[in-house]
Amino acid sequence: MSEHIKNIINLLRKDLLLEVRQQYTFYGILLYVTATIFVLYLSMGQPEGPVWKGLFWMIQLFICVNAVAKSFLQEGRGRLLYFYSIAGARDFILAKLLFNALLMILMSGVSLVLFLFMLGDPMGHVGYFVLISCLGGVSLSLVFTFLSALAARAQQGAALMAILGFPLVIPQLMLLNRISTIAFEDVLQGGLGWMLAIMAALDLLLIVMAIILFPFLWKD
Amino acid sequence: MLRQTWWKILCVLLLAYTVIAGFLGSVPAKPIVNETIRNLYFHVAMWMAMMVFLSISVAYAVLYLRKSRPVYDIYSLEYAKVGIVFGTLGIITGSEWAGFTWGAFWSNDPKQLGAVIAMLIYYAYLVFRNGIPDIDKRARLGAVYNIFAFAMLFPTIWILPRMVESLHPGGMGGNPAFNDLDARMALVWVGGAIPGWTLLGIWIATLRIRLALLEEKNYSNRR
Repeated sequence: MSEHIKNIINLLRKDLLLEVRQQYTFYGILLYVTATIFVLYLSMGQPEGPVWKGLFWMIQLFICVNAVAKSFLQEGRGRLLYFYSIAGARDFILAKLLFNALLMILMSGVSLVLFLFMLGDPMGHVGYFVLISCLGGVSLSLVFTFLSALAARAQQGAALMAILGFPLVIPQLMLLNRISTIAFEDVLQGGLGWMLAIMAALDLLLIVMAIILFPFLWKD
Repeated sequence: MLRQTWWKILCVLLLAYTVIAGFLGSVPAKPIVNETIRNLYFHVAMWMAMMVFLSISVAYAVLYLRKSRPVYDIYSLEYAKVGIVFGTLGIITGSEWAGFTWGAFWSNDPKQLGAVIAMLIYYAYLVFRNGIPDIDKRARLGAVYNIFAFAMLFPTIWILPRMVESLHPGGMGGNPAFNDLDARMALVWVGGAIPGWTLLGIWIATLRIRLALLEEKNYSNRR
């Protein structure tokens, strides 16, 4: 058990070190975030609450697709085989899921700051929204990490990942949209506990499926 | 088993019974739905049949991942295709029903949305498979995605619509489901419609499977 945790931490450290050194990937995503939100601001101005919320989650979706797409697509075949043979497929996918979750939390934070800065602040409880955006970022990243593993094996690239991914994230986006209303108004959101529970259950389902199915993917 | 004719004749008889009893039989008079409740034999029965086919498809996908025999992949694909056809028909018959009872063909009802999402996920399965040229890889990746897509059926169609207010029965809006199904309708529905549509789908799938197996045998013998 502790060996698995050590493996996962080492793989995570490897990914983090790579990001810190090959800084063009990290700055690339950051630039994408900034440019997208800026274009959005130019076209929409400072929209009201519901529109702001919807736009935020849409932007999160596209940021996630772009940020996660590279996680599997950038590694060469030989190197992947090396990792699988020393660490096992399960530890590898857990490390990837964890890394992409952390990346998305960071990107969600950055995009939230930019949104508040440029598109105004129509909400009452920013604190709630920070937490919700972290949850949303993590959930989206789980889906797209697994799909990027699938798409990388099929050698189809980011386009296929988007095609596969959009239907799968629709339930999550709908749930996130409803959950975020608590940050905007002081209304009692009916069924909030249930919605959060379902989000958590969906995330858990995704993680379990990824862990079970990923070992079948890498056998080539 | 695939070639025997008894269950095919049974299928034709059951469907004939469903259609005739469905349109000519007596139905209880419920408010709003009135005569359109007959759609129970078509729309709901098709969804039940679709669940059966997609379950069979995922079972073969799991078998393929464990034993890698190509025939399992063929079974899995053909049952998934039949399931997708029945699911699409379910959505079409459902919107038709909605047009008469809820006032609009598309009402943003959670179950409708969930059904469309589930179908989109399966359409993506077909697109995904087509994009992989290598046969073995296609089978393996297809099987993995099939399991994933099946697992996503449950939250989208069964769980989420029951948690929110819905025009469909079973949602939080307080629309009772099949608790008080009339005995006459139950006979036609359980005895005729569900087995009839299920057997029809199995018939179509087995025909396609036999064709695919023949093609594969032809291809490998020619070389």
